[in-house]
Amino acid sequence: MNQTANIKPQTPLGQAMFVCERPKVEYRGLSLKIVQLATKWGPIGIPLLLRFAWGIFFAALVFVIAFVWVVGRFINPLLPWFVRDVVVVVGLLAFVSIVAIIGIWGERKVSGRIQSRLGPMRTGAWHGWAQSLADGLKFVQKEDLIPQDADKPLFRLAPYVALVPAFCAYLAIPFGVGWVFHDSDVGLLFVLAMLAIEVLGVIMGGWASNSKWSLYGAMREGCQLVSYEIPMGLSLVAAVAWLGSLSLVELGRAQDGGWWSWLLFQNPFLFAAFFTYYIASLASCKRSPFDLPEGESELVAGFHTEYSGFRFVMFFFAEYMGMFAVSAVATVIFLGGWNSPVPGLASPLWFVIKSTFLVWVQMWVRWTLPRIRIDQVMHACVKYLLPFTLLLFVGSSLWQLYDNPDHRLFEGFAAVVRFGLGCLGLLLLGLYFAGAAYGFYHRNQLVGQMVRKHLPGA
Amino acid sequence: MKEIELQYRHPPDLLDDGEIPSDIRTEELVLNMGPQHPSTHGVLRVVLQTDGELVLGATPYMGYLHRCAEKIAEKVTYRQFTPYTDRLDYLAAMNNNLGFALAVEKLGGIEVPPRADYLRVIFAELNRIASHLMATGSYGLDMGAFTPLVYCFREREWIMDLFEAACGARLTYSYITIGGVREDVPEGWGDKCREFLDYFEPKIAEYNDLLSFNHIFINRTGNVGICPPELAVAYGLTGPCLRGSGLAWDLRKATPYCRYHELDFDIPVGHGENGAVGDCWDRYFVRVQEMVQSVRIIRQALDKLADGPVQAKVPRVVKLPAGEVYYEVENPRGQLGFHLVSDGGTSPYRLKIRGPSFCNLSVLPVLAPNCLLADIAALLGSIDVVMGEVDR
Amino acid sequence: MTPSDIIAFLQQHHAESVVSAVADGPYPHALVKAEGLAAVAAFLKTQPRLRFDLLRCISAIDWPAKNNIELAYDVISTSLGHAFAIKVVVDRADPRVESVSTVWPAAEWHEREAFDLMGVEFLHHPDLRRILMPEDWPGHPLRKDYQDIVEYRGLKFNP
Repeated sequence: MNQTANIKPQTPLGQAMFVCERPKVEYRGLSLKIVQLATKWGPIGIPLLLRFAWGIFFAALVFVIAFVWVVGRFINPLLPWFVRDVVVVVGLLAFVSIVAIIGIWGERKVSGRIQSRLGPMRTGAWHGWAQSLADGLKFVQKEDLIPQDADKPLFRLAPYVALVPAFCAYLAIPFGVGWVFHDSDVGLLFVLAMLAIEVLGVIMGGWASNSKWSLYGAMREGCQLVSYEIPMGLSLVAAVAWLGSLSLVELGRAQDGGWWSWLLFQNPFLFAAFFTYYIASLASCKRSPFDLPEGESELVAGFHTEYSGFRFVMFFFAEYMGMFAVSAVATVIFLGGWNSPVPGLASPLWFVIKSTFLVWVQMWVRWTLPRIRIDQVMHACVKYLLPFTLLLFVGSSLWQLYDNPDHRLFEGFAAVVRFGLGCLGLLLLGLYFAGAAYGFYHRNQLVGQMVRKHLPGA
Repeated sequence: MKEIELQYRHPPDLLDDGEIPSDIRTEELVLNMGPQHPSTHGVLRVVLQTDGELVLGATPYMGYLHRCAEKIAEKVTYRQFTPYTDRLDYLAAMNNNLGFALAVEKLGGIEVPPRADYLRVIFAELNRIASHLMATGSYGLDMGAFTPLVYCFREREWIMDLFEAACGARLTYSYITIGGVREDVPEGWGDKCREFLDYFEPKIAEYNDLLSFNHIFINRTGNVGICPPELAVAYGLTGPCLRGSGLAWDLRKATPYCRYHELDFDIPVGHGENGAVGDCWDRYFVRVQEMVQSVRIIRQALDKLADGPVQAKVPRVVKLPAGEVYYEVENPRGQLGFHLVSDGGTSPYRLKIRGPSFCNLSVLPVLAPNCLLADIAALLGSIDVVMGEVDR
Repeated sequence: MTPSDIIAFLQQHHAESVVSAVADGPYPHALVKAEGLAAVAAFLKTQPRLRFDLLRCISAIDWPAKNNIELAYDVISTSLGHAFAIKVVVDRADPRVESVSTVWPAAEWHEREAFDLMGVEFLHHPDLRRILMPEDWPGHPLRKDYQDIVEYRGLKFNP
């Protein structure tokens, strides 16, 4: 009897020191309606929807096409263009979402393989392909937390300010000739401007969180991104000056005709400009080794320390969309865009393959290198990268001045250099594939196997 | 490298010059780092005074993991206290067991059979490797390199398996007990251990390629948190922190215990290859080199391991004569000391534990000023504290 | 130097401070008067034949039977390799002793710990605060007659 009396506390805990009271969620108005409908019809409706998903999809497709034809033929001939815009934007949205989803899953698989782990294996049937979807589902269900002292409107706005420009950048990125939402004459400027706006969202989020760690992250992001915009732009300016256009479609079309006509291999300055652009783009995407704004060992999680649930996902999506966007710009400008390495096989598929390869290199770098310190980041930019890109710009312009039939000698020299650069590029790619093949051949000697071998029963 | 001397100016100079308009409020930011923070390695809380990214002062606050181990020691018997020593520096539980067992044996005049002595050396050194693996790996993590941690854990896993085979536990072993070790290792354990050593030794070169000689890593850790040897000794730093400052001081050589005097090994010290002597890189690299030496020691000890008993005849309830003793052993993080006072009873009258991390951490307020915020992570990681030992 | 040599040397130079000494056994040490502690500590640190530069530990031991608290300072020399210890006995009711943190900065945290858990007050200590227990914790837990508290900040403990 005494024991039972001892186990129960004599009095309730005095103050609410360790008790966290959670406000009850109350649904009102429209959300109440939605919740009621979902609970009433969801168990029947969702399985039905899934059962006839393909049928519904094709029916909708047929309906839309018929509707557009009827409207364009009999009512208003401009309307089909509006419908085309809507369809393309929706398609782009789907594409960038898939990029982000596959990117997140891919990053986890890549990091796993680099670290002699497997990465996600369970969710979905094959190599955890549904992991990102499951994560997304989890994030949607999470409680939407806003810190008490946060600047609430700004806090809510920030993820959109980060996400929407990252998506807008895709409106001007051409996937092929004719495969672009809007073929603008200043497409490159538009893409760069959109990518630069993303920093606003980050700074907003960092400031509105009312957390010192977030503020530090935002500060770092601000100074880092503003600084690295300059070498990034200058590297591109060298390329733009070479071809004389700001239109991304024009830039891509000018590199038609085999890998030796890609801008990367035109002269040594442009070859170097590709790498300076790539380094600067790493910094502008907050990718390692420039991931200081979210450096988790220093700043907990940087600017998104206080974010959770779907708002966090938005930042995450923005990051992966930005990664693909900068890679796409590099592909269009330096790597021949949608043009195939041998002439005549141009296809948007090439564009996606090349950009994905650049994204993979970003991941590879991230899981290999330590993080740079903030003063070293600024040193690297202002002392080395900025003068170097200026030099590249001037050098490339001079090269262009002399690489023409008026200067026979230099033209011959330039042709030799071009050939050498092309060979160098092929060599680098060959080395990469040789390394990959070596790793694949020796995959059973990776240590994951060895660790298992010594266990009892192995 | 040496020419990258970071010169920072204190902002009040600017204020005095009147360069900042008076209506702009400038003040130092007080930043509360921890007790939950990724790079404090536990529940350490450091209050930082910062000016932008520059740290002007750091004050550590401890006690979040205080478990009253010293008070508990007065209530339990000597044998019962061995599991509590596991929890002091939970990454090096074997070494803690060893320190406590040696202190009790010194006061009680208990002779340990030779096989037990060599087994103690082997297990202590294996645990030193495991602990240093954890330290180097998580130091990479502090610097933003994720991959070395996983590689280090991969190797550490094997050591854990070896321990599991010997004593059934993977973290809190209580294997080294008063009078010897708890039980003999199973058949074929030595061969497994040799297999691990053969596998592990080349891996150290891999870590060096990946992390130690990485240019970014060197830039992050060289010339950061420089601790000259005089400062290190004055603040009671021991272990890799002291040796990183260039002082070849190792209790295994200075006052050998167990059978360390029969074994041949070197004391790695910091030479300041990438900056001044006693910077974070030196402290880090001493740990990497110590792993090589530990492999050497284990190889020799395995060769000398002869058959025999592994336990001295010690009664179930140990009773020590009245008296006191202070005994220190070289732990992975420094010298772990036990000040044991006995009044002739079955439990210690007073047991004071000198945790090496406790003393190593005390130098943080001296080293932290004029670092950058990111350097605090570098500094804390290179000191390599385990809060279980700081708070006890 | 062996412990007996150190004791002889110490008695030669600080005869008025050294009360007694134990040269053999597992724990050779010298008992020093509380007033002479600072001088003896400085002597141990700076004397070229001793050079005890590394303060290993400060242990406070409570003896209610003798009505005093013993403080043991364990030191070792990294250059000469010998180890030694000095002890100070302070009154249990009003434990005060001079801080040695000016001699060995390492003593700073050890003394804070002794202050926190045993209630010894160190004079001229730069920053004498509690180190492991909360600032407002009542009593000094490592004393032998310490009574467990039943309530702390509204949190009740079961005995």
